[in-house]
Amino acid sequence: MWQALYEELGAQGFVPITVALDRNAEEPRPFVEKAKPTHPSLLDTEHRVAELFNIVNVPTMIWIDERGVIVRPQDNQFGTDTYTHFHGKASGLYLDLIRAWVREGKGALAPDDVRKYQQVPSADSQLARAERALAWHLHQAGHGEAAERHFVRAGELAPKDWTIRRGSMPMRGLDPFGADFFELAKQGGAEFPMDEVTKTRVAPRMKL
Amino acid sequence: MTATFTVIEDGRAHALAAEVVGDRVRVSTASLRSALGYELKAEGLCRGETCFPVRDRAALVANDAVDLAELARVTGRPLALDAALRAAALGTAADERVAALRALEAPDFTLPDFAGRGHTLSGYRGKKVLLIAYSSW
Repeated sequence: MWQALYEELGAQGFVPITVALDRNAEEPRPFVEKAKPTHPSLLDTEHRVAELFNIVNVPTMIWIDERGVIVRPQDNQFGTDTYTHFHGKASGLYLDLIRAWVREGKGALAPDDVRKYQQVPSADSQLARAERALAWHLHQAGHGEAAERHFVRAGELAPKDWTIRRGSMPMRGLDPFGADFFELAKQGGAEFPMDEVTKTRVAPRMKL
Repeated sequence: MTATFTVIEDGRAHALAAEVVGDRVRVSTASLRSALGYELKAEGLCRGETCFPVRDRAALVANDAVDLAELARVTGRPLALDAALRAAALGTAADERVAALRALEAPDFTLPDFAGRGHTLSGYRGKKVLLIAYSSW
């Protein structure tokens, strides 16, 4: 979808930058090979973008204007309707918002509104990121048991951060699409204050 | 005994020289300076232009070694530690990250694409950027 939108709007000064928060290049590669992106399509094994922009779930979208200023903060939106029956958000409404931004300059929030709707980290969530970074390092060094302790600690510190809790499932031998995920989903993920602004919800949310 | 100790910072692993006793990690001041840029000065514990006041200097530094937990406390940074495996991750203080986000300037980063070529966010100035974080999970 992002490639199609890039082809549609790229000449008008728009560029999507996709960042895969994955443990290696192999897991997101099927998505990349299918999309054949000519826009930047990046890999972030160290969760740098998650740290810098305080991203707590995927997909998360952020608008950055020509000056490099954030004009729409973390927003949990979608480029397709594959999972609309679960999350109830319609991609078409969101894609139209992007088109209006690029073509007419609409939809960028005032600075105080960006701040109002931003998700910001806490001392605990920042410690959780450090615990995750240590766990990831230990995992790669072959210290599985120690890595597990630090992944668990990270999840306890940031129980609603799915980039940590769901994102570490592949390293922990858990299934991010099976029973382990359903258990996590029951506990709930982070709230996105931007849901109030980006009104793309079209259907009641189904329970997982 | 002093040996290699790994500190992860901003997604990169740095090798420092440290002595570990129980959960206490004492990092040599020389390796702290060369790997992470921290220096002890009259003003306190400094990194570049930024200095943090040190009230209890004896707790922070002794015999040319700095206590890692004390460094994290003095600088307000989160520390994840595995003393037995001689590794730690030093994160960014929540206050610092919140202030950076509130400033609204998009933090810069460089990441590889799937051909290994690096892309820097600020290289796309002049364009409207939709940053999309996704994953295979």
